[in-house]
Amino acid sequence: MGPFPKRFVCGGDPPPNPTPEGEGLKEGSIMNTDITSAFRPAIVMTILFAILLGLVYPLAMTGIGQAIFPHQANGSLVHVGNRVIGSEVVGQAFVSDRYFQTRPSAAGKGYDGLASSGSNLGPTSLALVDRVKADVAKRRAEGVIGPIPADLVTASGSGLDPDLSPEAALAQAARIARVRGLGVEKVRALVVAHTEDSVLGDPHVNVLALNRALDAASKR
Amino acid sequence: MTLQGWALILGFIAILLALTKPVGAWLFALYEGRRTPLHVVLGPVERGFYKLSGIDPDAQQGWRRYALHMLAFNVALMVFTYAVLRLQFFLPGNPQGLAGLTPHLAFNTAISFTTNTNWQSYGGESTMSNLSQMLGLTIHNFLSAATGIALAFALFRGFAGRETKNLGNFWADVTRITLYLLLPICVVYTVFLIASGVPQTMAGVVNIDTLEGVRQSILLGPVASQEAIKMLGTNGGGFFNANSAHPFENPTALTNLVQMLSIFTIGFGLTWCFGKAVGNTRQGWAILAAMILLFLGGVSVAYWAEAAGNPVLHQLGVAGGNMEGKEVRFGVAASALFAAVTTAASCGAVNAMHDSFTALGGMIPLFNMQLGEVVIGGVGAGIYGFLLFAILAVFVAGLMVGRTPEYVGKKIEAREVKLAVLAIAVLPLFILGLTALSCVTGQGLAGPLNKGPHGFGEILYAFTSAVANNGSAFGGLTASTPWYDGLLGVAMWVGRFFIIVPMLAIAGSLAAKKHVPASAGSFPTTGVLWVGLLVGIVLVLGGLTFLPSLALGPIADHLAMIRGQLF
Repeated sequence: MGPFPKRFVCGGDPPPNPTPEGEGLKEGSIMNTDITSAFRPAIVMTILFAILLGLVYPLAMTGIGQAIFPHQANGSLVHVGNRVIGSEVVGQAFVSDRYFQTRPSAAGKGYDGLASSGSNLGPTSLALVDRVKADVAKRRAEGVIGPIPADLVTASGSGLDPDLSPEAALAQAARIARVRGLGVEKVRALVVAHTEDSVLGDPHVNVLALNRALDAASKR
Repeated sequence: MTLQGWALILGFIAILLALTKPVGAWLFALYEGRRTPLHVVLGPVERGFYKLSGIDPDAQQGWRRYALHMLAFNVALMVFTYAVLRLQFFLPGNPQGLAGLTPHLAFNTAISFTTNTNWQSYGGESTMSNLSQMLGLTIHNFLSAATGIALAFALFRGFAGRETKNLGNFWADVTRITLYLLLPICVVYTVFLIASGVPQTMAGVVNIDTLEGVRQSILLGPVASQEAIKMLGTNGGGFFNANSAHPFENPTALTNLVQMLSIFTIGFGLTWCFGKAVGNTRQGWAILAAMILLFLGGVSVAYWAEAAGNPVLHQLGVAGGNMEGKEVRFGVAASALFAAVTTAASCGAVNAMHDSFTALGGMIPLFNMQLGEVVIGGVGAGIYGFLLFAILAVFVAGLMVGRTPEYVGKKIEAREVKLAVLAIAVLPLFILGLTALSCVTGQGLAGPLNKGPHGFGEILYAFTSAVANNGSAFGGLTASTPWYDGLLGVAMWVGRFFIIVPMLAIAGSLAAKKHVPASAGSFPTTGVLWVGLLVGIVLVLGGLTFLPSLALGPIADHLAMIRGQLF
């Protein structure tokens, strides 16, 4: 490559004495110093920042997290004896009639913790309407009357939604009371007791916590 | 729509307005290279970095050198990440034993994270090892954000400079922004996220025996440290496939609010920093006012559409707003707000699936991006993009009154206007061009999941997101094919650097000009008239260019939805 034509030199005329920052083209050099001067910092800074931001920062935060909040940092797991039965944060599938059932899920075959996903079906999708139709029919067969709470028949964004709306949980109270032989009022009271209100989001009930309370109430 | 929903939206803006000046003042200190209290701790790190890489932080750079050093750094980072992703199987920190990425996926991902797009053609939990997440991706979340802010500083210096070539020093800008702004906030932010339930561990999969006795495997990892910078740096690349909808990334309504705030904070602060840099903070507030007006317009439509819900489902007996693709703990209002925020800024994180929004609710994210990511916008990229529109706005105002336009003390002449148009033209050219190409080829048409106008919307959304460097998606599109990985990779590169280089050229040309004091004949760029003109220019350019494509996609989809026609 020959020297650059003069009109490509930065800012018109080259400075009479190249300044320390070497703006533009050095007389007789093959490549523009604007670019050659970038090579060393580009490579060295990549390595330095990779160490700082890619290793030191996440590892230090892991150390801090494990020291101060070990429960949360390790996934807020719920233990029963030696068994891990779930995470307080992540949803798990409930399909049995004995439990408050979770929302439809598009994560893998349902609540797959290694394949989080929504359905991505659009508002005019036939597949969406068919799926909702089937779920509505199922709820009607259980004896739910009136409008169906939207979250009960729609798939969440993650496929791992840990919650139900209080309405979606209450809509299942009659079925659960019937199957478990409990009073409907008792089941409804559990839902109310587990409802978390939030001004920043919508009221919700954690399904795992609710179902554990349900099991405890059935034992008594 | 509920009162509580509106209170959330307006309260969100109020918190940001309160943060604008403090954050802006901090940014201005970095812009000027002043000493901050954090220098006591991190000053030695900064000096060490300069020493090892042979950088003189006080050496001023002209626009060409600033641009070339920026490009060299970004190329080096991109090659580094490509190598980490390809060699994943060989490197430690891979508890799942995942294979290396295919060439087209590694190419796409390396460009995606370098350009602050964070388009994810992969599902994090099944593709990326812990080390790849940290070393390959987290570093870009910091450095692409720092690059964006540094470029905004360079443009500010162009407006503020008096007959000089100097735009500052790229390395000093990037290093200071990373060390004294992004990293300290992220340390505090990460601790907050962990306390709220976001995992932070080097472990991999945990096996669970659920209450119903089924085996469920869930993935842990260094999530919180990546989540913090993913939001603050308007990157948006999630640890998990479901991004901020995943309960491990965004476990509560409070983390959701903080995530939305952190997307916008730096963008709000930069408008104040710009005003301060050009000697009149009202210039910054005027820009911010125009941005907020555009934002509120979008979020109102999105919230209205999502709260109204899907009439097709209502006919089946389903009540209420559209909950398909949304999490219960956020609900409709916080999901619609998040969607508007993440696409107004070039973040691209999602807490609900945009593909499953109602037709008009999903059009707002699309339109926000098509405006060029200038409504607050990505960190740095938003303000320099918006200033290009400001240049066009004073040009139009100048045409109307027959005077040479001026903006913040600089005459805007033919060269600046041509370069601004060149930069802005990148958007329609590549978004519409590549969408059209994908609509007439078999490989392109194999992508969409949904049929009918919504399927066209998925293709349009993908290229809009890529060129605008957003990274959110209508996720139904199968994008991990050589066709989409390749074209979207090119689109992201062009959308980032084909705008930056003309923008820096404008900065160089402005810096060389004399300062013109405002006179009685100057068009005032701080008042209501100016804010209206800015909003008008952004909407007219975006509207005229993209309305036909929106008519074929979301608007047709909406008409089908209210008629009950399914595909």
